[in-house]
Amino acid sequence: MIYFDQAATSYPKPPEVAEAMMQALSYAGNSGRGSHELSLAASRLIFEARCELADFFGAEDPSRIAFTANATESLNLALFGSLNPGDHVITTETEHNSVLRPLYRLEEEGVEVTFLPADGQGVVDFSSLDDYVRANTKVFVLTHASNVTGNLADIETVEEFCRRHQLILIIDAAQTAGFYPYHLKSSAIDILCFTGHKALYGPQGIGGIYVRPGLFLRPLKIGGSGIQTFSKTHPIQMPEALESGTLNVPGIAGLLAGVRYVQAKGLDELRREEELTSYFYNKVREVPGVQVYGDFSDSNRCPIVALNIGGLESSFVSQVLADEYGICTRPGGHCAPLLHIALGTENTGAVRFSFSHMNTKEELDFALQALHDLTDRDWGGFL
Amino acid sequence: MRESRVVVTFHTTTEAMAWERACKQAGLPGRLIAMPVQISAECGLVWLITPQDREDLLGHAKRLRLGYKDVVELE
Repeated sequence: MIYFDQAATSYPKPPEVAEAMMQALSYAGNSGRGSHELSLAASRLIFEARCELADFFGAEDPSRIAFTANATESLNLALFGSLNPGDHVITTETEHNSVLRPLYRLEEEGVEVTFLPADGQGVVDFSSLDDYVRANTKVFVLTHASNVTGNLADIETVEEFCRRHQLILIIDAAQTAGFYPYHLKSSAIDILCFTGHKALYGPQGIGGIYVRPGLFLRPLKIGGSGIQTFSKTHPIQMPEALESGTLNVPGIAGLLAGVRYVQAKGLDELRREEELTSYFYNKVREVPGVQVYGDFSDSNRCPIVALNIGGLESSFVSQVLADEYGICTRPGGHCAPLLHIALGTENTGAVRFSFSHMNTKEELDFALQALHDLTDRDWGGFL
Repeated sequence: MRESRVVVTFHTTTEAMAWERACKQAGLPGRLIAMPVQISAECGLVWLITPQDREDLLGHAKRLRLGYKDVVELE
């Protein structure tokens, strides 16, 4: 099997991730639920993970990192926790449904939303942001990298804009955490939402949120916290303010192992996937009838190549690649409807190839040959 | 007669863990125990020390800029 669905979840995971999870299952109790050794072991593990994630993201205070189930939960927390009826939020057409759907609901509740348009390559023009500011603008929420095209947003321009207008900047780092080197201490990012199971090589079901010191978010969930038992209200101190119920300790153990893997490898080495992306992009354009989506003029992009072949449905191509060649890709709309509309692929979707440093040039050549074979075959009028 | 004890209380479990790590790294005395009922029946961890260690420990905590909620002497 050849796995080119790394943007959905990284595979294979480093062996130490599974080992760390197994160990956690064998020694970790429930954090903050007592002072016995198993409970303390869980608390120590969780604290260790907070510290290393804070270090990894260049954040100043580990207590500003709370664990969630995934980037979607983090984004829900960030948006519902910061916006109120009457507020205005700016976002883009490149967003995933994890941003769009919370915003649509907030819109129903009286929040004003502005979507910055994406062009035919899926690129957003950030050059005239001042035109979109209103007196009630409070938040800018932005996916750092499109999960469809792999293009990175011009985050420096957005940061400067948010600083100048004192807006809360929420970054969807689902594709970029573990790929892009963040320095949160010196950046204008107020909230970073990340998942553990993509470029951080952790397991599914664990993610997190960074919240800048001094910023308070209304929690989505409240309940057991291990502290302040007799208070009728949930603790307001971070990170417990945003964590209620038993934490996913095995998931946190796996995420910690994943972060250590990334740090040991170094982002530079991991980003050899950029070479693979560039190689695949240049070769795949030689396949007859192929249309590739996105802007490839800058190699500083996530390792994603989305394409269609002639009149073949993306789901059909992906299925044939899986069934006949053992190649795993992701067809369809990738939960990014506005971007697909901008790309003109709302009726076809696209076949997404996404890579990691674990993929090889030989695998890419095999996939390229498979795509050539596909176009050579008679699909009964499809092409 | 039971010896008097001193405990350091915390706002959060995370604060307690940061305290424990810093104290261990600095070779400072004490250990985490469950919140004594004499203070509160609520959940939570506290750092247990002897009265003799109190001033020295709090001095180190200030220098290390460690956060805590209160220091309570238990009879």
